[in-house]
Amino acid sequence: MEKKSFEILDVTLRDGSHSMSHAFTPQQVRETARGLDEAGVRYFEVSHGDGLGGSSLQYGLSTHDELKLIEIAADECKQAEVSVLLIPGIGVKGDLQDAVKAGAKMVRVATHVTEADVAAQHIALGRELGLKTVGFLMMSHMASVEKIVEQAKLFESYGAEVIYVTDSAGYMLPQDVTNRISALKQSVGCEIGFHGHNNLSMAMANTVAAVEAGATFIDGSLRALGAGSGNTQTEVMVAVLDRLGYQTGIDFYKIMDVANDVVAKYMPRPQEITGSSLIMGYSGVYSSFLLHTQVAAKRFGVDERDILVELGRIKAIGGQEDLIYDVAQRLAVQI
Amino acid sequence: MNKLKVGIIGSGNIGTDLMYKIERCDSLEMSVMVGIDPDSEGLKRAQDAGYTVISNGIDGLMKQLDLVDIVFDATSAYAHKVHSDLLTAAGKKVIDLTPAAIGPFTVPPVNLKANFESSNVNMVTCGGQATIPIVYAISRIVPVEYAEIVATVASKSAGPGTRANIDEFTHTTARAIEVVGGAEKGKAIIILNPAEPPVIMRDTVNALIKDKNFDEAAVIASIEKMVTDVQEYVPGYRLRGAPQFDGQRVSVFLEVEGAGDFFPAYSGNLDIMTAAAAKVANEMAKELLATKA
Repeated sequence: MEKKSFEILDVTLRDGSHSMSHAFTPQQVRETARGLDEAGVRYFEVSHGDGLGGSSLQYGLSTHDELKLIEIAADECKQAEVSVLLIPGIGVKGDLQDAVKAGAKMVRVATHVTEADVAAQHIALGRELGLKTVGFLMMSHMASVEKIVEQAKLFESYGAEVIYVTDSAGYMLPQDVTNRISALKQSVGCEIGFHGHNNLSMAMANTVAAVEAGATFIDGSLRALGAGSGNTQTEVMVAVLDRLGYQTGIDFYKIMDVANDVVAKYMPRPQEITGSSLIMGYSGVYSSFLLHTQVAAKRFGVDERDILVELGRIKAIGGQEDLIYDVAQRLAVQI
Repeated sequence: MNKLKVGIIGSGNIGTDLMYKIERCDSLEMSVMVGIDPDSEGLKRAQDAGYTVISNGIDGLMKQLDLVDIVFDATSAYAHKVHSDLLTAAGKKVIDLTPAAIGPFTVPPVNLKANFESSNVNMVTCGGQATIPIVYAISRIVPVEYAEIVATVASKSAGPGTRANIDEFTHTTARAIEVVGGAEKGKAIIILNPAEPPVIMRDTVNALIKDKNFDEAAVIASIEKMVTDVQEYVPGYRLRGAPQFDGQRVSVFLEVEGAGDFFPAYSGNLDIMTAAAAKVANEMAKELLATKA
């Protein structure tokens, strides 16, 4: 009883990079990529957590060159294709060209939800290079449905083939997801995707809401390895969607095997919902701030929750990791 | 004649803000505003102020070259190449506010007078103007292996030119961090933040110092001195907290509040660019006028 077909895109090797402090080893990438490919996952993403060119003092230096990791992952692919993330302002077009030489077949060009117009040249390049090209609207909870539709239309006009609603802060509730995906289904011609975070334990519920509203690309990560409390858990999603009567094309045992025999072995900590990630989901703070906030809180002797609440109040957006230290420093002075 | 005549190509955010800065320069006389949209706010304001207005772009300006000695270009990297070739061939001095980077980079408190001989001078980028003085302030004390800057600006202060040229911004800034700032390797990141009310421009400089042992106090003193130097032409340029040291890593947090000429004060990114360009042109004019006299 096939309801419809859609793609699960696994982001363990990109969003998981945040949880791994950007220290994936070639061996970890090779084994994860092999497992994903064998399980039948069609697309999976490999990049620094902040996308191509993200290796920096601001976000964390990569211990291994991401181009090398992309090459290793692509080398393991028999049927799967490697995606890369590119955030204009951090990565540049040259990085994408290098990633394609290393074997990338898909690009997701990510901007803050209101800033799609910085991505025109990168999306055009993605198409020109023959890549599956995606526009990725980060922090989608911060914009109204109307604004998201307007920005999605920009992405579509630049040539994006898929547009993602991205809940970077793990803030959305299922109704928020339904409203946004339904509006996009009505207003743009391209496919719609959803990327969730589990800071409020809503990632799976939001994923189901997205699929039911017509999303045809869904992100997940193995063992939920990702920023904040992680993403929708890929292997669990396969089970849930199967129960709902959807065909995922993914081998249930094999996806469990790569999650438990490969990823679980290298995870630095379980992806549980801690006080800090809960605050992130509650106040709408970018999930990859988590580990940086812990470091800053320790350094300046302040409560990490206070830092996160303040970041939410001043409406920090993705990429502003430097603000964490600035806020922590100011809070320390006030104590 | 004790002033040089100024033309501005590009009647957008930067060009219009620049017009007000030129009015305050003692060796420059605002003369012509050149745009391509007769209805643009910048051209209207220039007209109201009594300046010559040209609404058919570089072609129009080339027919009235006697109106200008120094021409600022606030259009785009792509258009600038054409403009620069035409104007320098006609013997005009060109100050480039696009990231085209044809001429040598100039950041006033680092190399104000270094490029006066050049027919085309490039002003790097807003993020570069805000951060390269700090990179240089560190590198003049201790060798810097790597410097990285993060510029966060209000979405409303980033016009269509900046948005379409975001890669050029990062390339040009990174290169100038090396060439002018003195870091062995440079990297630049830009973030557009749409928060309301709009955020003041913020910049972070992260540098890795080459030596394990260095004089922290000397680095701090050099940074503080540099901040004072920048404040001479951008009064709203400030440190946010003390520079932070973590082993060989130095982090410096800054904010730039603008003078509020054309754009509100939060757009320090526009202000520092136009203020720096006006300062370079004014000093250049002084020197040219002195040689002529």
